[in-house]
Amino acid sequence: MYTMSSKLKLFSLALIIVGAIGLIYGFIDAPSSVEDVKEMLHAEDAAHSGEVAMGSSGVDEAAHADEHAEHVFHQLQNKPWAAIYVPALFIFLISLGVFVFYALQNVSQAGWSPVLFRVMEGITSYLVPGGIIVYIILLLSTLHLNHLFIWMDPEVVANDVIIQNKTAYLNTPFFLIRAAIYMIGWILFSKLIIKNSRKLDEEFSLTLHKRNFKLSAMFLVFFIVTESMMSWDWIMSIDTHWFSTLFGWFVLASILVSAVTTIALVTIYLKGKGYLEHVNNSHIHDLAKFMMGFSIFWAYLWFSQFLLIWYANIPEEVTYYVSRLEDYPVLFFGTVIMNWLLPMLILINSDFKRVNWIVIFAGIIILVGNYMNFFVLIMPGTVGESWFIGIPEISSILLISGIFIFTVFSALAKAPLTVKHSAFLEESKHFQY
Amino acid sequence: MSHYESPIRKPLVTGDKSYHDVTLDVVRPVEGKANKSWWVVFSIALIAFLWGLGCIVYTVSEGIGTWGLNKTIGWAWDITNFVWWVGIGHAGTLISAVLLLFRQKWRMAINRSAEAMTIFSVIQAGLFPIIHMGRPWLAYWVLPIPNQFGSLWVNFNSPLLWDVFAISTYLSVSLVFWWTGLLPDFAMIRDRAVKPFQKHIYGILSFGWSGRAKDWQRFEEVSLVLAGLATPLVLSVHTIVSFDFATSVIPGWHTTIFPPYFVAGAVFSGFAMVNTLLIIMRKVSNLENYITIQHIELMNIVIMITGSIVGVAYITELFMAWYSGVEYEQYAFLNRATGPYWWAYLLMMTCNVVSPQFMWFPKLRRSIMFSFFISIVVNIGMWFERFVIIVTSLHRDYMPSAWTMFSPTFVDIGIFVGTIGFFFVLFLLYARTFPVIAQAEVKSILKTSGEKYKKIRAEKGEHAKLYDEPVQEPLPNFTEQFNSKSNS
Repeated sequence: MYTMSSKLKLFSLALIIVGAIGLIYGFIDAPSSVEDVKEMLHAEDAAHSGEVAMGSSGVDEAAHADEHAEHVFHQLQNKPWAAIYVPALFIFLISLGVFVFYALQNVSQAGWSPVLFRVMEGITSYLVPGGIIVYIILLLSTLHLNHLFIWMDPEVVANDVIIQNKTAYLNTPFFLIRAAIYMIGWILFSKLIIKNSRKLDEEFSLTLHKRNFKLSAMFLVFFIVTESMMSWDWIMSIDTHWFSTLFGWFVLASILVSAVTTIALVTIYLKGKGYLEHVNNSHIHDLAKFMMGFSIFWAYLWFSQFLLIWYANIPEEVTYYVSRLEDYPVLFFGTVIMNWLLPMLILINSDFKRVNWIVIFAGIIILVGNYMNFFVLIMPGTVGESWFIGIPEISSILLISGIFIFTVFSALAKAPLTVKHSAFLEESKHFQY
Repeated sequence: MSHYESPIRKPLVTGDKSYHDVTLDVVRPVEGKANKSWWVVFSIALIAFLWGLGCIVYTVSEGIGTWGLNKTIGWAWDITNFVWWVGIGHAGTLISAVLLLFRQKWRMAINRSAEAMTIFSVIQAGLFPIIHMGRPWLAYWVLPIPNQFGSLWVNFNSPLLWDVFAISTYLSVSLVFWWTGLLPDFAMIRDRAVKPFQKHIYGILSFGWSGRAKDWQRFEEVSLVLAGLATPLVLSVHTIVSFDFATSVIPGWHTTIFPPYFVAGAVFSGFAMVNTLLIIMRKVSNLENYITIQHIELMNIVIMITGSIVGVAYITELFMAWYSGVEYEQYAFLNRATGPYWWAYLLMMTCNVVSPQFMWFPKLRRSIMFSFFISIVVNIGMWFERFVIIVTSLHRDYMPSAWTMFSPTFVDIGIFVGTIGFFFVLFLLYARTFPVIAQAEVKSILKTSGEKYKKIRAEKGEHAKLYDEPVQEPLPNFTEQFNSKSNS
């Protein structure tokens, strides 16, 4: 049995506390009125004195400045909200992705992975707290506490014909119901399947094995549908005017690669602490292969979506990339380097995939890169050009990862780290590649 | 215990097969003589091919106007057939490359034929980009060759040019991958051949393979590297084919989901074709012990999964058409469902979305008759998918004054029939001259996944000996012999 070390407990609690303080500071620091923003902008202008625009009419300029100030005000008010939303969603989806990977192992009758099942189950346990956090943020958005989703603002909708045409889908009650269905579905499946896996520890039963097989298959069908809709609801609808058919699968690629990476990192950590006696470097090798494969898959979808929109250059779609290229050039292309180029170059070597520190190194790049990916998906539509990776963003990451680490490792301590019975356990123990 | 296999896994080679039995079963069609029905089918295929050839010659000499195309619809059967054939080709690479990467042992009985199918169908696909040209004799202008026009080059911005690179690379890599795998099997036929002519031919085909340890080690490594290269290749080839449409600004064509969705559709139709062919092949070539119900069931599961992915993509497209608020896009889908080609759309939806869902029922997916039926249905559905995408998007787009209809001429149909004929000519010749099952690979899993050995392990436990101990004859007594010799 694994017990969470007091060091790790302390570490995760420290992350939570520091993160929470930073996030609260972020909320306090956000400007509370347009006047504050005007002052701030004025100060900025003063800093760039001499660059004053040559306006033709003073009245127009003043009106424009007011409008601009209000615009920036909304963006800055959104900043702490978006800051917490990005990691909350990202890490929640990681734990969902881990469960998807677990279900895939079940239905594909994989012979290598049963010794890693408990690690995957442990990470899946974050679905409940993570889901609650994400749901609360969505709920608060519908209560107009922030402007993450512009279509939730009745004033915006009243003046926007395009959004009005979408209200049959994009309306707050339906949005919340859908979100609840996805979350309850995912959590319910995870609870059922993991419960069966614990039951299998007592005695091997073919019935339970088959039941988990069927449940996993059902979950995967449910998942592929809900995942697409989830990505439209929670991410794509932020840029309400924009649409892309590929979007759901692109988000899926990001989820999967981060999920496999997380499995690899937790496995290496536990193995390093002397647990997981049956895990050998072939298992790590397999995980690293999936990390590389999925990161290439991510890049394929990233590129396909970008190329098609860039190539056809249809105005209503291309604004999405124009704003990202103008305001987020480093992050935008940085994600490609972090999520594709570096992992591919590092992990192409077969021997490297068996070396723990290299896998950890590549894994950190992938996780940071995919955080950046979510950042570039969400920020341009919420804070626009006012983005910055500062105290609220970093604190949010610390807060959420603290909760994640605490939940996952306390869940790992609740059951033996290797399943006792699985139809393919023996294969997995003797797995070598 | 490095070769432990869970008892829950079903045998992949049934019957009481030894290594030698595998050899005999695989070479039987090659060493035997073709029967009457082979000749009948071959003649039909040959006639279809020759008819198609006639249509091609007619098109090229008379002009594209012999086809049913018009000024609005510049692409119809030609590109539909092209995409359909390329799509079918994808399953071969998927089976040999992707399933190799995923260590799926069941691929071994089907990869050879699937790859053959890939190569033969890519050849069919490759015809269309040339014959649908107005001036096919200038086709070499698509290649960036230095020339006397002041080095006039191609524009690398066109997906049609990318197609040239994609298809030609795909064909060459698939061919190399296939041939590498064939070397040990050709060598086996060479070593068994008694007639000098056959021995000579298979000696040339097998490149002097002698099966030394070092050769095998490199062979495995090459296979793995090629599989690693062929997997992104297979994705990118059909992606590039999908770019032909998706990079355009035509409503119904311009959509970002095309790249992965075309690939999923390709795997879907390709597996259906593999199923169609192998269900017949296992019967006529007596390979039921190698291509088992288990294999057919697994292929059906792949068909079911990719069919569901295609279904999700259809629904996504429909949703986005509505969600986009772009009226052209909305009309494109309304027109598909309720316009003059509603029947094609309905056929595509039923065949591609509904029919694979039957595979959720184990009884149905384990039924050979039903699988055969569905695999044909899927291929029809996937042909209509490409037809619907191409024609319904073109025949009604931005300007209502340019709206029109399309109907094929006998030349359109004749060329398609001709490619089917050509495909079967090649496939039938292949089935009689090539080892249709990768015997070297099947032998490598015989003792882990063969029914006979699974039974031995079930009876005697995991450590049971799976081979007969060589019996040592007692050595003659040399001292006695020596003594008796010196004495005499």
